[in-house]
Amino acid sequence: MTGDGISREPMLEIYLFEGNQLIEQLEEIIIQCEKSKKIELESVNEIFRIMHTIKGSSAMMMFTNIALLAHSLEDLFYFIRENEITQMDYVGLSDLVLLAIDFVKIEFAKIEDDSTADGLPETLISAIEKFLEEMKASYKDTYVEPLESQAKEKTMYYVDGYQEQLRESISKYSVRIFFEEDCPMLSVRAYMVIHNLKDIAGEIFHFPEDIINSSESDEIIRDVGFLIYFSTAVSASEVDSILNQTAFLRKMEVEQVDEYPNVNRNHVEKKEILLEETIEIAKAPQAEVVKEDKENQNQLGSNNRQQNMISVTVSKLDMLMDIVGEIVISEAMVTRNPELEGLQLDGFHKATRQLRKLTDELQDIVMSIRMMPISAIFQKMNRIVRDMSKKLNKEVELEIIGETTEVDKNIIDQLSDPLMHLIRNAMDHGLENKEGRVEAGKPAKGKITLEAQNYGGDVLITIRDDGRGMSRENILRKARETGLVKKPENELTDKEVFSFILLPGFSTKEKVTEFSGRGVGMDVVKRNIEKIGGQITIQSTLGIGTEIFVKIPLTLAIIDGIEVNVGTSRYTIPITSIRESFRMDEKDVISDGDGNELIMIRGQCYSLIRLHKMFNIQTQVTSISDGIMVMIEADTKAACLFVDSLVGEQQVVVKALPRYIRKIEGIAGCTILGDGGISLILDANGILGRE
Amino acid sequence: MLNVADALSESVEDTQKGKFLTFSIGKESYGLEIKYVTEIIGIQDITSIPEMPIYVKGIINLRGKIIPVIDVRLRFKKEPRDYNERTCIIVVDIKDISIGLIVDHVAEVLVITTENIVPPPDSKIGFHNRYVKGIGKTGSEVKLLLDCDKLLNDDEIDVISEVV
Repeated sequence: MTGDGISREPMLEIYLFEGNQLIEQLEEIIIQCEKSKKIELESVNEIFRIMHTIKGSSAMMMFTNIALLAHSLEDLFYFIRENEITQMDYVGLSDLVLLAIDFVKIEFAKIEDDSTADGLPETLISAIEKFLEEMKASYKDTYVEPLESQAKEKTMYYVDGYQEQLRESISKYSVRIFFEEDCPMLSVRAYMVIHNLKDIAGEIFHFPEDIINSSESDEIIRDVGFLIYFSTAVSASEVDSILNQTAFLRKMEVEQVDEYPNVNRNHVEKKEILLEETIEIAKAPQAEVVKEDKENQNQLGSNNRQQNMISVTVSKLDMLMDIVGEIVISEAMVTRNPELEGLQLDGFHKATRQLRKLTDELQDIVMSIRMMPISAIFQKMNRIVRDMSKKLNKEVELEIIGETTEVDKNIIDQLSDPLMHLIRNAMDHGLENKEGRVEAGKPAKGKITLEAQNYGGDVLITIRDDGRGMSRENILRKARETGLVKKPENELTDKEVFSFILLPGFSTKEKVTEFSGRGVGMDVVKRNIEKIGGQITIQSTLGIGTEIFVKIPLTLAIIDGIEVNVGTSRYTIPITSIRESFRMDEKDVISDGDGNELIMIRGQCYSLIRLHKMFNIQTQVTSISDGIMVMIEADTKAACLFVDSLVGEQQVVVKALPRYIRKIEGIAGCTILGDGGISLILDANGILGRE
Repeated sequence: MLNVADALSESVEDTQKGKFLTFSIGKESYGLEIKYVTEIIGIQDITSIPEMPIYVKGIINLRGKIIPVIDVRLRFKKEPRDYNERTCIIVVDIKDISIGLIVDHVAEVLVITTENIVPPPDSKIGFHNRYVKGIGKTGSEVKLLLDCDKLLNDDEIDVISEVV
């Protein structure tokens, strides 16, 4: 048991997964509300629902602190919802909720680390209570309903209500609820339905009865649905709307009945029989539907699922990916087996083509499983922009475009930090303060655009701000001071100048703020992005703004490469870093006297790197005319790589070098070839950086 | 459940205790604690990796798993020798790192009890092999028991070879 996701209890796993999702959802809603300066009734309901779920599941998992906090927030939003408050201190409210979100996040992280969730929410809770008190106070004159102790009041109210209802028109309902099949913790969902109904219903009977403590109830709810009988005075449509709030609802059958079918609370012991009865008793057509459903489910498994989601641990996906990689390799081992050479095997080749097609498909599907929309990290940026705009007193609007673009899960995980850094930079250094902006004739509110789009086999992420931009002169001056300028200055392109700020130790900002400016920023960003096979370029116009382009591959696991031979070794060069390949003559090589060799192509001078010399490989091919030249490029640099011969293009599954082998500049990893041999994957960036 | 598993792994460890896989390099006979050994394979195609110390021969593909191989002969600064059909790769697993050790040939598995293991002589008086953590006596023969950890993670040696 090594993977941390596997050893954890499945229940806890689901709790954390769901909790994290809810918290993220909540964060999004709150930031949205704060932005629009109003809170829709819908959002209030949503928040209420989220807090309620978290409270319920946390209490069930015995995380009392989280449950308590959620409870206090639930109270707050209960008040807002009940009184339909539309005017309030939104900033204060979102601050509170965000603080609570942070608290829960920290607790979740602790639970994930297998340590005790021991954070103390008392101060936060009292702050929330205070906020609620204040709100109550300010609303006293308009709405007199001091909900001192809600729980008590509630029950009292409902008892009263019920008695009143008795005298009035009471309708009785029979409801059968089916949850989505993959819905976790069915019993908790069922409990929530009951909880929601308590607000309107007088008497409630439900089956299975013991939904919280019985382990069988989950199965029953899944198989035959959750059956509720209740009486209420509210209208049918209202009942409908309340029931429809139920999360993970798949199907619901609501029936108004004159008399409850003969169930009462003491029937629990004979579960099986009761089950049959209830189905029989329900109105004929309905019963048939249910039966049909059951049959369908038995025979076809799942005909009527609406949405099938399944959560899988990433480690399992990685394993799947590895195995698919193995299959791709073994397929090549079989079809290109040297023992087959010269044989006439029509049937065999037909079969291998079929196999090839299937493995390709399999590979595509596995890859697509790992794809996730980039919105997960884009949404995080909302929070950063919000927090920073408050601290820095800058008004900023974050525009997000193309958040549905999909990227491999591994890349998403590693993209978050660099993006966060870039956004912080844009907020802190890029955008001017309000006065500065007005002076420069720009709108007081700054704008940062975060955009993702597909760009061939890559995803292009653009971070654009309309701030002060960067001055070429300043950067050049600083670069000169630190001795980074190696070319004549008038020969440097803008792209090259701006890429200076990506070098270690380069920061034009003298001032260090809480958020950025420590000089360790951009080079780390660059390194992180390069680690996932990406590239970063910067464009900036003084006074108008800065654009940062981050180009990342869709996936890390499989690349297109050209295989080359050098001596007995085989190397793979990623196609993305190859510009062209060509043959040359010995006489075209210019030597500069220091042993460096250069070649001139279309008026441009490129340095010549002999791969066998660089890596010290024994080879027969040392004359330029015998081998072949491959021009590689990375960032702004390019060079010609001399290799013995090209073998061909192929897709390879990238594997990391064993940990024991330390990092070699110029080698990105390795891959297993069709014949079982290993080919090293070259890293153009590293090779060009070696010089 | 857990206790049973614990007990099982304990008993596995018990059966492995005191057992050493012996192999030879030149005239010397070495022993390796068997708990580190995952398998023994014949010599295979090795893909060499540039810029490695001379004893790191490269990487091999072991059923889809890529593992580095080091030549123990070269690690001990002995003369290189051509590989033949008796040359073996002992795959060991130390602290989650798999690595192949190329040796001249593998002999047998021996039980050497703790009483029969003596510490190596002091390095100050001319004993140089720093990877030997003990000397085991079996009958009339003597086996040099290797310290696997040191064999893999001895940085000092790496630094030296880099300077050279």
